Amino acid sequence: MYSLSVLCALLALTPLALILYHTLSLGFSALNWDFFTKLPKPVGEPGGGMANAIVGTLILVGLGSLLGLPVGVFAGIYLSEMGRGKFATVLRFLTDVLNGIPSIVTGVVAYTLVVLPMKHFSAYAGGAALGILMIPTITRTTEEMMKTVPRAYREAALALGISQWKTTLRIVLRTALGGIVTGIMLALARAAGETAPLLFTSLNNRFWHTSLGQPIASLTVFIYNYGVSPFDDWIAQAWAGALVLMFLILLLSIAVRIATRSVHYER
Amino acid sequence: MESILEIQEQQSKLKMTPAATPSSVLNNFVPVSDDHKIIARDINAYFGKVQALKNISLSIPGNSVVAIIGPSGCGKSTFLRSINRMHEIIPGSKITGSLTLDGQDIYQMDAVMVRKRIGMVFQKPNPFPTMSIFDNVAAGLKMNGMRRKAPLKEIVEKSLRQAALWDEVKDSLSKGGTSLSGGQQQRLCIARTLAVNPEVILMDEPASALDPISTSKIEELIYELKKQYTIVIVTHNMQQAARVSDFTAFFYLGQLIEYDETKAIFTNPHLKQTEDYITGRFG
Ligand SMILES: Nc1ncnc2c1ncn2[C@@H]1O[C@H](COP(=O)(O)OP(=O)(O)O)[C@@H](O)[C@H]1O
Ligand SMILES: [Mg+2]
Repeated sequence: MYSLSVLCALLALTPLALILYHTLSLGFSALNWDFFTKLPKPVGEPGGGMANAIVGTLILVGLGSLLGLPVGVFAGIYLSEMGRGKFATVLRFLTDVLNGIPSIVTGVVAYTLVVLPMKHFSAYAGGAALGILMIPTITRTTEEMMKTVPRAYREAALALGISQWKTTLRIVLRTALGGIVTGIMLALARAAGETAPLLFTSLNNRFWHTSLGQPIASLTVFIYNYGVSPFDDWIAQAWAGALVLMFLILLLSIAVRIATRSVHYER
Repeated sequence: MESILEIQEQQSKLKMTPAATPSSVLNNFVPVSDDHKIIARDINAYFGKVQALKNISLSIPGNSVVAIIGPSGCGKSTFLRSINRMHEIIPGSKITGSLTLDGQDIYQMDAVMVRKRIGMVFQKPNPFPTMSIFDNVAAGLKMNGMRRKAPLKEIVEKSLRQAALWDEVKDSLSKGGTSLSGGQQQRLCIARTLAVNPEVILMDEPASALDPISTSKIEELIYELKKQYTIVIVTHNMQQAARVSDFTAFFYLGQLIEYDETKAIFTNPHLKQTEDYITGRFG
């Protein structure tokens, strides 16, 4: 029984190890300083980098968080602290439905809501698509984590003459913060790895974007474009892009962990 | 002891229907006085359809310790929680009757204001896990807008001294509140309550989760605190009630069976039911 579960754990880790190995072995050779600092070169010219795509991905995820974080966190707080009635049941159901919608559909929705009225592809549209994708994960983890905070802390706070609202935000939310941050990181990582919705919204850009109302480069769309290209150096750069994306997410997770660790004491 | 006449006069003051709760009226030997800190009249409390308190009338003199005893489930906690309006936060709960603090109707006041004036210590120590010892004590003040460091420090030290915890934690104020032992955590919770500067402190079996040494520390503390505060303590422990309280109320099945000076309850109870309980024959 024990050896079986160890075996399964190893099996589950195998794809992760393979992906890491593959990406490292194929992408590392194309990584150099230029990759982080230069724009892509035109077809046929060797070298160049993905500086604009790295920045673009960060901007898109940032814009997405501006929408997804507050909406997700406050919806989660609502469901956990006030969500008893019919409305809450419906909201919970809709969140689950939203979670199940393929990301490409979300891309089409953002296309209809943002791209068509603005009449061009833009970073805003990409951010909106990613933001919508983040909402269900953040909402449900916020709700679940808030619910794990024992009633004793809420009661202690209320009994001190702390208002309901402050108790929710400054005691319950803060106690649940570690778990909520994990959920947020998952949502951000997933958003950073999305390609399909960006094809309809932020499109791509081989140059630096001049405003957020313009199309913007992203690592995933570059990986997609370069990966299916017939040029060996582009394919190698696509692998390098995948490697950078993975490490960006890793770095982000570690940074957020360290930043939020300080508010928690050992038991 | 008062004469039957006085007790009847007390009944009419309470505007109670004697038929509904004969025992609680006839054996309520602490007469209502206008200068009493808290006066409860005809309190009925419900959880949904379940009635947890039946016509409780109880008058609590200031600067005294009132113990509430009775078997598990008889409504002790519910009564305590109706005093600082914590009963109403439970979904489906209901309460009727009147409760006054210094003559003011508690249920006409702002609930947050009531809880600042009537603090509460819970059965299980519950310091905030995300906060240091210092912040736990300062929480009530900080979250109500007090920012200036100097007065905060002063109040935190004063409260920790009052809770007899200062000497043990003065060098580790920035450590987590949950790093303390159970007994220390409970005194931290008492300090946290004192920091808000309440007039009344409600304690719901504050020592039942603690070892004997911590328990006796809490009891000493109650003795000290009574000089400045009015204390209502729920306890399972008869000896504890006898040691720390001036008045004792015996609850049974949601009713007040007998309320008298602690000495009288433990040496000369009027009802056989009370006597049976305190001598351990039931409950
Ligand atoms: N949250 C609750 N929901 C429903 N019933 C409750 C709740 N809390 C207490 N009760 C019921 O109310 C009665 C009194 O409970 P309580 O005041 O906690 O008793 P005690 O503190 O004397 O042990 C009990 O019958 C109990 O089952
Ligand atoms: Mg109880």
